[in-house]
Amino acid sequence: MSENSDSNGSTNLPARLGEERLAEPVVRHGMFGVDTTGDTSGYGRLRIHEQAPIESQRPYGGYFDEIADSLGMSDAIERVVVDRGELTFHVKRDRLPELARKLRDDPALRFELCMGVSGVHYPRDTGAELHAVYHFVSITYNRRVRVEVSTPDSDRHLPSLTGVYPTCNWHERETWDFFGIIFDGHPALTRIEMPDDWKGHPQRKDYPLGGIPVEYRGATIPPPDERRHYQ
Amino acid sequence: MSTDSDRGERPPQTPPQAPAGATDADEEAAEGRVYTASGEDWDEFVAQNEAHDFQSGERLVLNMGPQHPSTHGVLRLVLTLEGETVDEVRASIGYLHTGIEKNMEYRTWTQGVTFCTRMDYLMPFFNEATYCLAVERLLGIEDRIPERAQIIRVLLMEFNRVSSHLQGIGPMGMELGATTIFLQGLRMRERILDLYELITGLRMNHGFIRPGGVAQDLPPGALDKIREFLDVAPRFYRDLRKLIDANPVFIARTKGVAYLDLAGCMALGITGPMLRSTGLPWDLRKSQPYCGYQTYDFEVPTTDTCDAYGRYVIRMDEIDESLKIVKQCVDRLAERGPGGTNSAGKDLDPVMIQDAKIGWPARLSLGPDGLGPSPEHIAHIMGQSMEALIHHFKLITEGFRVPAGQVYAATESARGELGAHVVSDGGTRPYRVHFRDPSFSNLQSVAAICEGGQVADIIPAIASIDPVMGGVDR
Repeated sequence: MSENSDSNGSTNLPARLGEERLAEPVVRHGMFGVDTTGDTSGYGRLRIHEQAPIESQRPYGGYFDEIADSLGMSDAIERVVVDRGELTFHVKRDRLPELARKLRDDPALRFELCMGVSGVHYPRDTGAELHAVYHFVSITYNRRVRVEVSTPDSDRHLPSLTGVYPTCNWHERETWDFFGIIFDGHPALTRIEMPDDWKGHPQRKDYPLGGIPVEYRGATIPPPDERRHYQ
Repeated sequence: MSTDSDRGERPPQTPPQAPAGATDADEEAAEGRVYTASGEDWDEFVAQNEAHDFQSGERLVLNMGPQHPSTHGVLRLVLTLEGETVDEVRASIGYLHTGIEKNMEYRTWTQGVTFCTRMDYLMPFFNEATYCLAVERLLGIEDRIPERAQIIRVLLMEFNRVSSHLQGIGPMGMELGATTIFLQGLRMRERILDLYELITGLRMNHGFIRPGGVAQDLPPGALDKIREFLDVAPRFYRDLRKLIDANPVFIARTKGVAYLDLAGCMALGITGPMLRSTGLPWDLRKSQPYCGYQTYDFEVPTTDTCDAYGRYVIRMDEIDESLKIVKQCVDRLAERGPGGTNSAGKDLDPVMIQDAKIGWPARLSLGPDGLGPSPEHIAHIMGQSMEALIHHFKLITEGFRVPAGQVYAATESARGELGAHVVSDGGTRPYRVHFRDPSFSNLQSVAAICEGGQVADIIPAIASIDPVMGGVDR
């Protein structure tokens, strides 16, 4: 992978420092997002600026163009990102299984291994708050590709990939458990890490760290988010 | 009013009551006869059930774990048995979930190492290295990591592969009833843990590999100690192989057991020794090298038996190959001469990136009250330079910023591909860190390799996957 970072890295690294970065709107203040009381954490003047989404244009460099050519399906791909030597396809959610099947079966692609799905919650990405990120490996060609799908929080459904890559079974259960994304077509979408009767999906950004009171020797200690303001 | 429990005494326990008759009848109508044995009551259980003869061919649902000495940790298996044959296995996990990924979002990038080292506690250096490789790729500093730091990383990772495999093979022997294998395996592992302690100060949960390099150079005399170990290691290794390789009991329990072929491995996303036991030499150290693995001379062992015995042989061969790599690392470090910091505070052969905005001020030294920042560094920031003090304080408390974006870094860990999907929003903390732990994916194969076999074969099957629940549940 590192040979690509040389050819693409310098142009695609969002090294937009200084004035350019500071011109972007501020999305977050401080270390822990304190907004109700005075910030006693000492990090009140930290500012996180919004980053404009990257969209890469051809040529992507290295083997990325070959993958894009073999894959085709330009109507299913919303955006292609080449960043830090890695290729990402942003895909429409209803076309995901079709695309995954092509990634696996096309003799020019042959992505035999799926490295599972990882959820990411972007509350500010209105209409596409929940993202599911899939990583694929081709052993035949020794290549990697990332596929990213998004779904609005109000209708958090994604098609399951268990029919194409059975390994996604537990990974999708984990993503449901932590983010609340419902994978349609999954054979048994139940919680996997948290207890079955757990309320909420802990990895979401609106779920505080801790989140539950802790009882110890008869006393109840409130959850951290009610003690200090973490968000 | 104070109660018994306030004084730390346990309240008198009421003996467990038999469920009311109505519930019993309902349950039995639905599922057949329900037997409840809760441990340490076997005699009572047999006495109560003497009247019922256990029908042959009856399906028995048996709960194995989460606290069971043969499940390799807090793994719970729900078995459906027909006689001695396993009809169905369902693995239930989550008993060791610690929310490490969530916690990492609330700490700086460097502090993340402290969390992720605790995931798969038998291979802490792989966890640290994978996370650090991801952070370094996000920062775009992959090419600027000092050579010495990369050699130390490889050295520690390969030692870790050895210690992890020994911890996989030793308990596997014990679960099959052979205490000697366990003790011999752990005896060799103990020597490696002593070296960890010498190098990092800790036997596990090191937090030693940091974004930008490693925390400090090897201590004086470490290379000699490693050489001493490399001299005795072949003897330990030979003894283990003599003990296990042709052991008829071990062979009877593992050969042809837990069969999973290449197609099964591909579908289930299985990597590591399990995948290599199908004959496919897929090893990220060769195919997608990191930390300079392409410059080391080693082989990728494979077998084509697809069974538990083949996985054992691969682990054993990998121990041998890893010790070869360690030897090369030691030679390289010896060639480079002393590293670390001299008495004037100048880096001789740095182990941390030469970028004061990222590199942890890792000038540690051993003082009368333990390991801490070196007196020269303290004298500099406290007595000479206000800017250095501000800079030190900002870097330690607030951390550095990482440009927004996402990366996926993967290493060939002892159990397979360990991947870190790290997302940054441009802040001083990770936005999201997800670890693709090999144990998690490999454990999914438990149904595929156990169903249709004997109950007793479940034990070598699980041991041949070698899952570590700390990594599975994170």
